[in-house]
Amino acid sequence: MVKLVCIECPVGCEMTAEKKDGSIKVSGNRCPRGEKYAIQEMTNPRRMLTTTVFVEGGIYPLLPVRSDREIPKGMVRECVKELSKIKVKAPVKMGDVIAKNVCKTGVDIIASRSMVRK
Amino acid sequence: MKTDVVVIGGGPAGLAAALKASEHADVVIIERDKELGGILQQCIHNGFGNFIFKKMMTGPEYAYHFISLVKKSGIRVMTETSVLEIDGNKKIVAAGPSGIVEIEAKAIVLAMGCRERSRAQILLPGTRPAGVYTAGTAQRLINIEGVMPGKKIVILGSGDVGLIMARRLTLEGAEVEGVYEIMPRPGGLTRNIVQCLHDYGIPLHLSHTVTDIVGKERVEGVKVAEVDESLHPIKGTERFISCDTLILAVGLIPENELSRQAGIEIDEITNGPFVDEHMETSVEGIFACGNVVHVHDIVDDVTASSEIAGEYAGRHASGKNGHGMGLEKKHNIKVVAGENVRYVVPQFLRHMDMEKLTFYLRVKEEKEDALVVISCSGKVVFEKRERMVKPPEMVKVSVPASLLEGADEVRVDVRCRNG
Repeated sequence: MVKLVCIECPVGCEMTAEKKDGSIKVSGNRCPRGEKYAIQEMTNPRRMLTTTVFVEGGIYPLLPVRSDREIPKGMVRECVKELSKIKVKAPVKMGDVIAKNVCKTGVDIIASRSMVRK
Repeated sequence: MKTDVVVIGGGPAGLAAALKASEHADVVIIERDKELGGILQQCIHNGFGNFIFKKMMTGPEYAYHFISLVKKSGIRVMTETSVLEIDGNKKIVAAGPSGIVEIEAKAIVLAMGCRERSRAQILLPGTRPAGVYTAGTAQRLINIEGVMPGKKIVILGSGDVGLIMARRLTLEGAEVEGVYEIMPRPGGLTRNIVQCLHDYGIPLHLSHTVTDIVGKERVEGVKVAEVDESLHPIKGTERFISCDTLILAVGLIPENELSRQAGIEIDEITNGPFVDEHMETSVEGIFACGNVVHVHDIVDDVTASSEIAGEYAGRHASGKNGHGMGLEKKHNIKVVAGENVRYVVPQFLRHMDMEKLTFYLRVKEEKEDALVVISCSGKVVFEKRERMVKPPEMVKVSVPASLLEGADEVRVDVRCRNG
């Protein structure tokens, strides 16, 4: 039996997950997202990635970005490192793809804000 | 210059209030930074909007939703402008790019947010070298300015911003030696302990504090010690940690210098203005919302209560007050923080014209299987079960207002369900 705290929302349900006859039984969750998270955490843990990339000519030197969906938890550090090498040019629109298929995860990185030119 | 409603602060509270107020009146937002969004712009992590948008957004994305609505609404925005003075007659003096501006408003919404507690406020001993930052300053440096505050970091305090920064600093290549928390329990949300500390193997030392800062030009290290039940360092537990940066995540204080200037009564427990269910302060026509009233955990709650402030500020300014719009103050019902409750907002009910009343409260002690009990003049009128209540996690309870009719006092207790 594994104890887990759900990270899907700020409620933070304290859950237990148990592997039984090839399936995973989850309890303590207040909503279906908790069960989904617990099963994912036991089989293939994933996390959203948020970081910044350099932007040239914008009102600020950095552009915040995020993965358009979760990436494998073990890949977060490598992806952040890879993204630190990227430099984009202003203007950028929120939602613009900044990096495709980052570190072969199959996940794209998108801008989480717009950046106007200085 | 004259206008209907002036909103002071363009963060999440000010944005939501301004949008609601603009449905009734002309609105001006005054923002000291160069763009709207407030602290959300530097909160690049996700986790915002879960309750309002039913999805996880980053801070800038959450802000963008409201900023784009403001742009379409005809609300006038004055950026790079700081309010210097307000008075009880709703006259505002501000300084901006074109010099000093005077504005006469019919209603004001205070949405200045909060500030971080600093080194001086927690009486941290030691020398005064470079390398001591509050967590929010470090966050601005890393996420907006593009500057790393240091390489080897100690974090004092386990509030949410501190936890988020532990992860962020680690991802950007710094070494976070550990997070030290003077209390026996963490200050931030449990989910942040999990995804910011556990995910990265960063140790959390509860019942520990920093007892000394060492270094002349730059931080060379800090001394930490375990504390006893009365939070005093225990002799013989002190140890030196070599580091170049100390980050303080030791709490937030509502920023109410302007409110005090206007003669608004401040609650000593929340450090924010006393407000009624319309979010109106003790000064007629001045409303307050968001972290300037009390520090929230979740931005969605800020948005929800700020919409109330904006709605009634707008109605007040549009001249419909007191005449059939239900803005007369017919009542003076005190909302009392009872058993295991540190505070409840709103602190007063003066109108009783809303269908539903939402109370925001913080408990004093952690309790499992708790019951939030609302009673009027000694009679229980509403109960809500909470699986777990903790001081760092705000409790929210919505009650049909009809249940409170005729009360002269409303009391909120948080009890154990079995006893």
